[in-house]
Amino acid sequence: MPANNGYKVIGTRPIRHDGVDKVTGRAIYGADTQLAGLLYGQVLRSPHAHARIKSIDTSKAVALPGVKAVLTGTDLPDAGDQIVDLGEGPARLKYLRDNVLATDKALYSGHPVAAVAATSVHVAEEALDLIEVEYEELEAVLDVREAMQEGAPQLHDDMTTQEFGEDTGRKSNLATHFEHRLGDADKAFAEADVVVEREFQTATVHQGYIEPHNATASWNADGQLTVWTSTQGSFTARAQVGAVLDMPISKIKVVPQEIGGGFGGKIPIYLEPVAALLSKASGQPVKMIMTRPAVFESTGPTPGSYIKIKMGADNSGKIVAADAYIAFESGAYPGGLVGAAAMCVFSCYDIPDGRIDCYDVVVNKPRSFAYRAPGSTQVAFATEHVVDLLAAQLGMEPLEIRLKNNATTGTRRIDGVVYPKMGCKEVLEAIRDSEHYQSSAPAGPNGGRGISVGYWFNVGLKSSCTASVNADGTVSLVEGSTDIGGTRTSVAMQFAETLGLQAEDVKPQVADTDSIGHTDVTGGSRVTYATGWAAYKAALDVQDQLCERAAQLWEVEAGQVEFDDGVFRSGDNELTFKELAGRLEETGGPVIGRATVDPDSGVGGSFAANIADVEVDPETGKVDILRFTVIQDAGRAIHPAYVEGQMQGGSVQGIGWALNEEYFYSGDGHLDNSSFLDYRIPTSLDLPMIETIIVEVPNPGHPYGVRGVGEANIAPPPAAIAAAIEDAVGVRPQELPMKPDRIVAALQAHEERAAQAAGG
Amino acid sequence: MSKQHVSTTINGDEVEFLCEPHQSLLDVLRDELGLTGTKEGCATGDCGACSVMIDGRLVCSCLMLGVEAQGVEVTTIEGIAGADGLHVIQEKYLEHAALQCGICTPGFLVASKALLDHNPNPSEHEVRHWLAGNLCRCTGYDKIVRAVLDAAEEVHQSA
Amino acid sequence: MGAYAYRAPSSVEEALSTLAAEAAAGNRAQMLAGGTDVMVQMRSIDKGPRTFVDVKHVAEANALHIGDDEVFIGAGIASAVLNENDELKSILPGLIEAADLIGSTQIQGRATIGGNLCNSSPAGDTIPALIACGAVCEIASPGGNREVPTEDFVTGVGTNVLEPTEFLIGLKIPRPKGRSSDAYLRFIPRTEMDIAVCGAGVALTLDDSGVCTAAKVSIGAVAITALVVPDAAAALVGTTVDDDALAAAADASSALAKPITDKRGTVEYRRKVVGVLTKRAGAIARDRALAL
Repeated sequence: MPANNGYKVIGTRPIRHDGVDKVTGRAIYGADTQLAGLLYGQVLRSPHAHARIKSIDTSKAVALPGVKAVLTGTDLPDAGDQIVDLGEGPARLKYLRDNVLATDKALYSGHPVAAVAATSVHVAEEALDLIEVEYEELEAVLDVREAMQEGAPQLHDDMTTQEFGEDTGRKSNLATHFEHRLGDADKAFAEADVVVEREFQTATVHQGYIEPHNATASWNADGQLTVWTSTQGSFTARAQVGAVLDMPISKIKVVPQEIGGGFGGKIPIYLEPVAALLSKASGQPVKMIMTRPAVFESTGPTPGSYIKIKMGADNSGKIVAADAYIAFESGAYPGGLVGAAAMCVFSCYDIPDGRIDCYDVVVNKPRSFAYRAPGSTQVAFATEHVVDLLAAQLGMEPLEIRLKNNATTGTRRIDGVVYPKMGCKEVLEAIRDSEHYQSSAPAGPNGGRGISVGYWFNVGLKSSCTASVNADGTVSLVEGSTDIGGTRTSVAMQFAETLGLQAEDVKPQVADTDSIGHTDVTGGSRVTYATGWAAYKAALDVQDQLCERAAQLWEVEAGQVEFDDGVFRSGDNELTFKELAGRLEETGGPVIGRATVDPDSGVGGSFAANIADVEVDPETGKVDILRFTVIQDAGRAIHPAYVEGQMQGGSVQGIGWALNEEYFYSGDGHLDNSSFLDYRIPTSLDLPMIETIIVEVPNPGHPYGVRGVGEANIAPPPAAIAAAIEDAVGVRPQELPMKPDRIVAALQAHEERAAQAAGG
Repeated sequence: MSKQHVSTTINGDEVEFLCEPHQSLLDVLRDELGLTGTKEGCATGDCGACSVMIDGRLVCSCLMLGVEAQGVEVTTIEGIAGADGLHVIQEKYLEHAALQCGICTPGFLVASKALLDHNPNPSEHEVRHWLAGNLCRCTGYDKIVRAVLDAAEEVHQSA
Repeated sequence: MGAYAYRAPSSVEEALSTLAAEAAAGNRAQMLAGGTDVMVQMRSIDKGPRTFVDVKHVAEANALHIGDDEVFIGAGIASAVLNENDELKSILPGLIEAADLIGSTQIQGRATIGGNLCNSSPAGDTIPALIACGAVCEIASPGGNREVPTEDFVTGVGTNVLEPTEFLIGLKIPRPKGRSSDAYLRFIPRTEMDIAVCGAGVALTLDDSGVCTAAKVSIGAVAITALVVPDAAAALVGTTVDDDALAAAADASSALAKPITDKRGTVEYRRKVVGVLTKRAGAIARDRALAL
């Protein structure tokens, strides 16, 4: 069925190209990698959240029959303490290396301290038990505010606070303090008619991909290293492995296997350099797969936070001032995600004066990493609450205040960014116009409804594509973006559209780092946007070359050949793409199109909104989601089914974050819920259908108007659900997750306050 | 440590293998028999990625010893499609875009087939309840539930 | 270091002699039913070699018998089999719903009531339900079978009265007579797949006028073992199990509970909710009995 948007392929719903492999079990994921002579590697992890490693004795493990290699942190090459930029901003190499295998200190429970390769997993596990590590246990600090206090246990002996771009020389767990200002916030607050301030906390949460991290490495006698892994970015993985192993990237090939979910958490490397060194030491290929507890204890997560939001409005309902204090845990090493949070905290509103004060703080938890719109969910939970309170004080509906203040084209954010054409208003209007919003809210004393809006800025970065025209008129399209959710198809569709082909005529594949040009990570909602753009440009390259071939056949100038709707024409001459593809042999042989892009300037951010209906059981505090709608600006939905899928998946991750998900640490810093039993991601039975409304405000910065839809959808759910809970039972939690015992406690406190008010 | 000999039937074929007494059926399938379509997400029965059928009953292969497969019939994802093409449930997953990363998909498909074998006409609630042991982090389950309901409908109509 | 081994005896005698032989050889033997706890623990808190003795091939442990006076559920029978038995579900709805609450469809395909009891977790869902309906454990012992009431079976967190040379054959449950029924409820934060934050099982008998003549209440996950709550039962007996009686039973459960704060909930929360569940399970059991 053709799409009703002027396009022939874009907007249709073809079967994804890798679909059959994935429904038959034939797709090869990282853990499925098989090589002759494969050894199995295992990692020994610190049982302590904070400890100095005094000594490690591996002699008994080395002596165990079947053990082929044993490593500790000191076996990693020491390339000095340089600053490296690996695609995610500058980082200290020491931190990257120490997170792979600790040297002097274990900084979180689960921190790798040694590794073994053996002939079987069981032997490797047995060997781990034989490694003797002497620790000096240190007091751990697990909370962002406690970590910032004077006298808090210090994670890094040499870390000093960077403040407003300057090194203060002050030793502290506060890695970075920075601020954004726009206008004069103090004056604006003083003049505001209504001012509301609240504080919020959000728990550390994990990306929760179902596939554990894995890496298989083969170190050849000639010094060439091949790594097969499930990664969001093979080139970034190659760069990180090269940095940690102090070897040139030309010596490393990363083969991206199919990947079982990432959500930001499979950008960093963990096992890859360890498997590589174990392979080097043993002379055999080594496969490593993390256990599920290890995934929770030592990968991801995304930061827990403490946030204060103050906003002021005038009596007309115009928001005139905003102030945010955002403190994020970055886990064991600095370089967290508070910068992204600052870009999102007031991103949905046009606010003339404001201030955003940000703190990046180390705590004894695993190094935090990106998780779908990283930082945005935490701050949306906070800001949306305060916006609702302003509305309540002003006697406005929540949607009304948002439509009065929505960010729009030309809005200058407090962090300085000026918006190009944006779809915030259209998304909010789609709430208003939806059947869900216009239907009556859930009946009954404990039902309620809430709305919210959230944002993600999206990224561009570099992508490469090559396209080989086959004699039968199909095209083999090679790209470097690992496909986590159907992007082979959304990229191939843009290629097909450009050349007037069917989606099925394009055969996309994801290649290794030796077989395609540099391509940045699958992250930032960038693949359909940037790799799609590369495919578009590669298609234009093919088109130009085919025009020349047609010109040869017709003995005209290339400039006289026109291409339209899949047909090459010059005068009365006409050849379809397929016909011309069949005649390449006569005109000089194969045609390969190629393109690279680095389109940061055209990136279009995406807004997402929710309508959530809930029912609260006031006796148990359980919140049931009765109905849930997600609305998002896709710019242009290339494959609407997979756009909906992103919206639904992000929504449900947001619902999990809202209601149940959290890292639950014991007092001494041991993670108590490192399983899918106790780290409670939503099940199918916890949810209704997730209704979707795709808004299309085309991004003028992309040839097909694509914005990228992977992330903004996770930001609004906790806020919408909090608003719905308040509508249902009159209390609105200010801490995530809004788990049952917290709801019951809040209701009890609410009743006690009411009783006191009545009594007093 | 001596390995034990096991005779079983996998996807209709008689299979013999040797395994350690404490090796899970999942590890046997993946590491000894090369049937890597069955996935490991947790190894504790909490995610369902390793779902297989034992004598027609849905189980987590990570929670069963390989030696317990003696004399039973095992169905894995590799046994869902026939020589004549995909099973209707596989087709419906593709049509409905009911997979994103695909790591949970084999487990979901085996579980979905087990559901339709057991209850050819499930309600949405029954589908959600049956599949609650299969975790998916990508889709939010919406399209999976629709695919299963649609497959049931199609099976129903062709019956 | 010992080795792993697997045995699949086909009779009680063979199983007992296997256990005795392993004990005599100084090996650890572990009975294996559905394996859904054993396999998980073997990968985490309870590593180490052992001989698995599979109860599922022992004929007596595979029996399911619904008699006029007694129901017998073999220790090797998977929950899914119980849940597919409509007669059993109508006779002991509370017990079967407790069994059905444990884990996913996949877990149901393997997990057994006997295994749940022998795992002896404070949060085992079938344990309060078994206690409420008066179930008795039939234990195979070298000296002959012995019987232990379920409320006396579990002795602590993960421990029970079984000797290393004994195993559970199955559970004998008195068949409810007249207007008798039961119910079990647990609270979990999700809708499926969780361990109980707390649970409550209620079994009761009503007379022709709807007055409760007998009741038993047991609560789980609020102490190191499931607790019998005599005060809750007493609050129901002699009443029509109306709201006041249920509220009194709820208070009795909350009062007896000695929960801890952990990842699944706080002390205050568990104490409150175990009362809520007692009240709700009592109402369900009452309605079921009234419908008979």
